[in-house]
Formats: sequence, structure tokens, C-alpha cells
Amino acid sequence: MTPLTGQIINLFASVLLLIAFAMLAQRRIVTLINLFAIQGLALVGSTLTVAWATGQHHLYWSAGITFVLKVVALPLILHRLIRRLNVKWDIETLINIPTMMLVGIVLVVFSFNLALPISQFSQSIARATLGIALACVLMSFLMMITRSKAVPQVIGFLAMENGLFFAATSATYGMPMVVELGIALDVLVGMVILGVFMFQIREQFDSLDIHHLEQLKED
Amino acid sequence: MEAFFVLLAIPLLGGPFLWFLGDRENAPEVNAGFSLATFAASAWLTAVVISGGPVTAWEEQFFVDALNVFLVALTAFVGFTTALFSRPYMRIEREKGKMTGPRLRLYHSMYQAFMFTMLLALTTNNMGILWVAMEAATLATVLLVSVYRTAASLEAAWKYFILCGVGIAQALFGTILLYFAAERVLGAEGNALLWTHLNLVKADLEPAIMSLAFVFLLVGYGTKIGLVPLHNWLPDAHAEGPTPISAVLSGLLLNVALYSVIRCKVLADGALESRFAGNMMMGFGLLSVVVAAFFLSRQRDVKRMFAYSSIEHMGLVTFAFGMGGPIANFAGLLHMTVHSLVKSAIFFAVGHAAQKAGTQVMEDIRGLMKVSPTVGWGLMIGTLAILGMPPFGVFASEFLILTTAMREHPWATPFLLLALGVAFAAVFSRVQPMVFGDTHMLPLAHQPALVPVFVHLGLGLMLGLYIPPYLAAWYAEAARLLG
Repeated sequence: MTPLTGQIINLFASVLLLIAFAMLAQRRIVTLINLFAIQGLALVGSTLTVAWATGQHHLYWSAGITFVLKVVALPLILHRLIRRLNVKWDIETLINIPTMMLVGIVLVVFSFNLALPISQFSQSIARATLGIALACVLMSFLMMITRSKAVPQVIGFLAMENGLFFAATSATYGMPMVVELGIALDVLVGMVILGVFMFQIREQFDSLDIHHLEQLKED
Repeated sequence: MEAFFVLLAIPLLGGPFLWFLGDRENAPEVNAGFSLATFAASAWLTAVVISGGPVTAWEEQFFVDALNVFLVALTAFVGFTTALFSRPYMRIEREKGKMTGPRLRLYHSMYQAFMFTMLLALTTNNMGILWVAMEAATLATVLLVSVYRTAASLEAAWKYFILCGVGIAQALFGTILLYFAAERVLGAEGNALLWTHLNLVKADLEPAIMSLAFVFLLVGYGTKIGLVPLHNWLPDAHAEGPTPISAVLSGLLLNVALYSVIRCKVLADGALESRFAGNMMMGFGLLSVVVAAFFLSRQRDVKRMFAYSSIEHMGLVTFAFGMGGPIANFAGLLHMTVHSLVKSAIFFAVGHAAQKAGTQVMEDIRGLMKVSPTVGWGLMIGTLAILGMPPFGVFASEFLILTTAMREHPWATPFLLLALGVAFAAVFSRVQPMVFGDTHMLPLAHQPALVPVFVHLGLGLMLGLYIPPYLAAWYAEAARLLG
């Protein structure tokens, strides 16, 4: 591995983390979808770099799947969905951005501490980025908890998948192909089902605000 | 191996077939037919295992040993009886206007898809495919939970999707870590996620990675088992979805999720040489038993109450596997089997009772014995069986779990006894007036399907009195495998 490849992988990793922060702070749904697409692109970039630097051919395939699924297909479906649901210009008002940023930083520190002892076992050239991958997963998780609208929650869910995929390429050289295909299929089917589901929610409540979905409680 | 192929192909083809068949008068029978064929295939596979021991197929991508063979048979069996039960149940729902043609079409096709994902999860040897199948099982059932399109059912399904999605994402991270640990020993690609290979080299897996991997896997799959505090989706999904789906979620899906955890535990135990994995499972299990028992007494909805009972029983089984050792493992496996049979029988009886009363609120269901003695008896006997009354199988397994706990972890016994006592009082005091007492309910439009209820309860009774020798041998072999 040349120092340059390492630097390029770190660059993509930091782009990924930066976008995770941007998503935490982003209030507008359209921009969120675009950020998600860019995050997918950074993922493709880092996977390609690892593939090129190590000669792992199956990583080219998984980069291809990621590109088709996360940069093209899912953002297209999401854009169509928000147009059909008429929530394109929706703005989330409830989030407190400075607090979210601070919690995000805490999560990053936590993830680095958790990942440090394990990443030394890795033979992968991208092992230093395992902490970033875990931070991305946890930040997407945070985003899902704090959002009150259905579409941003779903984007958080998909961004978590991005973080997991990045973890797979940074700790190892990607999962076996059959598993990766299965995961991609699950994500795609899940997205279609969520799309159907959002229409059902809107039909029932006339809105996509998750606050309507808080009636079932223990009394 | 043809048996694997047939077992997985039938439900895989059944889903699209029922979708294209559309809304026909005989669609429920076709659904039951596919389920019967799946059950026959599982019997074939079981026969192969009885005569020749553990088998693998397709370059070891699939395998069956003593630990999963009875789960495969059980899943296919309960899948078949639930399909039988859902014939009259769904016809009545349709006449009440709660189900429509397109919804029934979705229901039948997704039912087969769900069976496929569970059988795939049980028979796959690849820990990655196991994850894929568990996620697919969520996807197949989420639209079934919301099939009535009421506000409550949409909320339940959304919760189910998001919570299980997040949970299962943790399990994926755990699987990635497992692969990371395995790759160092077995090399990249191909075999590094095959359980049989991992099992051979488990002592060489890096302990630091494996302990973290197990935490993520337990939290991830534990969400699907419904372990407290990750259980929030479970009562909602069971109460708001159609009853046949409650029966298979409770009787089968929870088992499959627990099966995934114990497969991971075997690997973690081998790598760690400490009781770390077992202690985590004991902690989660005990918490689930106690919390669920106290929530039981606060329920008003009958399906919700039995959903909490499922959390309690799953917690008990998790606790048993956490203790480990031949007796506790044996008891855990027996408890999984009997719980699945009895709980689905209860849901069948509860489904018809709720249809008769037109509500799931327990205070409004009264005097089942008068209008429909079979439903009443089914519910009463099922309740006694699930509460652990002798001579049913639940009694035998709970007795074994309790005595092992007394011997090895005496501190846990008071909690377990307290929880079982509270659960008994809570459930029995609610079911008793539902079964006896006065009523003005009208008979149902279709003859209710009660054969499955009594077949399940009969099997539950049999397992309490007599365990067939090959089943006992599998349990003992699997218990040994689990350590």
C-alpha cells in the first residue's frame, strides 16, 4: 500500500463522516436525499480505492452494486416518493442543531474508543476507518431517534446501512458476494415496502408526521 | 440434497403463485395445500436425518443437525396448521368487511414468503444468509401486520419495521465483526461465514472481536426475540395484526430468532472460554421474565396479554440457554417446542373468541363455554398448559429450568418463582371469566377451525408425558452441542 492510497481512503472516510454530520443538521427533505446520494458516492469511491490497491476483484462488483443501489436507485425512488407524497419542501422544525452536533461528537469519540482495540487485528489497509464506520452507524441511529417525520427516519435507516457497508470494507475486504447480494436485495425490497407503507400512513392520517403513531401505549 | 431443495422451493414458488392466482374463492385451500407440501418436505428431510445423521448440501451452504432439524419440522407443522386455521378465520373477517380481496391476496402470498424466509434462516449454514433471511422475515410480515389499515395497525407495523430494522442492523454489524474474526483464521471469501467451519475453529477466533460481535448479535437478534428492553414492537404487532399472523410470529419467528442467537453463542463460548455470553443471555432473559410478568397483569387486550406471555417464555428460554449445561439446554429446547405449539393453539382459540365477541377487550368477552364449548375448552386448556400446569410439556421444561437454576444460580430462583406466580395469577384471573360466566354472543358465520387447537394441545400434553426417543436423542445431542 502506498501512503497515497491510505490518504485517499481516509479522505473518503472523512467525507462519509462529514456527511453524517450534515444529515444530522439538515432540516430539508430534498437536501437530505441528495446528501444520502453523495454519501453513497463516497462509499463507492472508498470501495473502488480499496479494490484497486489490493487487487480484490469482487470489491469492484460490490462497488458497482452500491453505485446502482445507493447512488442511483434509492435516491430516485425517494425523490419520486416525496414528489408523489407532496412533501418535497417539508421542513423539520423540532431538531436542535447545536445539541445534535455535540451529541454527534460524543458518539464519534465513543466509537473511536470502541473500535481502536479491535482494528489493530485487521489486515485491511482501511482498518483505521473502522471507528468512522461505527460513528456513522450510531449517528444515523441518532438521526432516526430524533426525527419526527417518516421520510427522514427512512433516510436515517438507509444511511445506517451505508455505515455498515463501510464497516464491512474497512474491517475486512467486504463480505462474501452472496451475502452482499442478499443484503442489497433486502434493502431494495425494504425500500419498496416502506414506500407502499407511507402511502398507507398518509391515507390514514393525512400526514407523514410520526407523532400520529404514538397512540399504542401501556396504560 | 433434494430434500433441502424441495423444502425451500415449495414456499418460494407458493408466494408468487398465490399472488398471480389472485383473489379466488379457493385461495385459502391452495395456501394450505402449499403449507401441507412444505410440511411433507420437512418430514422427508427429518426422515433423512433420522436415518443418516446430520446432512449438508450445496457446497455446505445448507445443513441440518440435531439443533435445527426439529425446528424445521416444527416450523413447517405450525405453518400448516395455521394455514388450516386461517381458512375459516379469514372468511369470517372478510364477511365482517375487515378483509378485502386484494388484502387476502397479499396475505396469502406473503404468508408463503414468510414461511420461506424462516425455513431459509433455519437451514442455512451461512451466518450472512441467516441475517438476510431474518431481515426478509421482517419485510414479509410488516405489510401483514398493517393489513387491516387501521390507525393502530399502521402504527404497530411502523414500530415493528423501524425497531426490528434498527435491531437487525446491529446484528449485521455483529455479523461483520464475526466475519472479521473468522477471516483471520479461515481466510477471506467462501467458507469464512459457514457455521460448520466456524465451529471447528472457534477456539482460535480472536476473543476481543468475538465478545463485541456477540454483544451486537445478541442485541440485534434479541430485538426480534422480544427481549426486554428491546421488546416494544412485539405486543403491538401481535395485538394489531390478524390472528394467524400473531400465531406464527409468536410460535415461530421468535424461535427462529432465538435459534440464531444460540448458534452465535456456541461460537462465542468457544472463543472466549468464559461465561460472558451465557451471563449476558441470563441477564436479558431474567429481566424479560420479570418485566413481562408484571406487564401481564396490566393488559386489557387479550392478544396483547398473550404477546407479553410470549416475551416471558422467550425470556425463560434465553435464561435457560444462558445457564447452559446438558439439563438446562435440554429444557430450553423442549420449552421452545412446547411453547410454540401451545401458544399458537391459544392464539387460534383467542382469534375465534374475539371474532365471536367482536372485540379483543377481555372485559367484553364472556361466557365462551356457553356459546361455543370447544373454543372455551381450547382457551382454558391452552391457558393452563402455557401457565405450566402438569401434565403439560411446559410444566416439564419449566421444572427442569427451575431446578437447574436452584442448583447453579440460587440467586435467580426467587425472581423466577415470583414472575411465574404473578403471571399465573394475572392470566388465569382474566381467562377464567372469559370462558365461564354469562353472555349474549352470536354464533359465527363459518364453522371455526378447532382441530389445530386440539392437535397442538394434544402434542403439548404428549411432550409432557412422553418424548419420542429420536426427539429425546436430538435434544440431548443438541444440548451437548451447545455446551
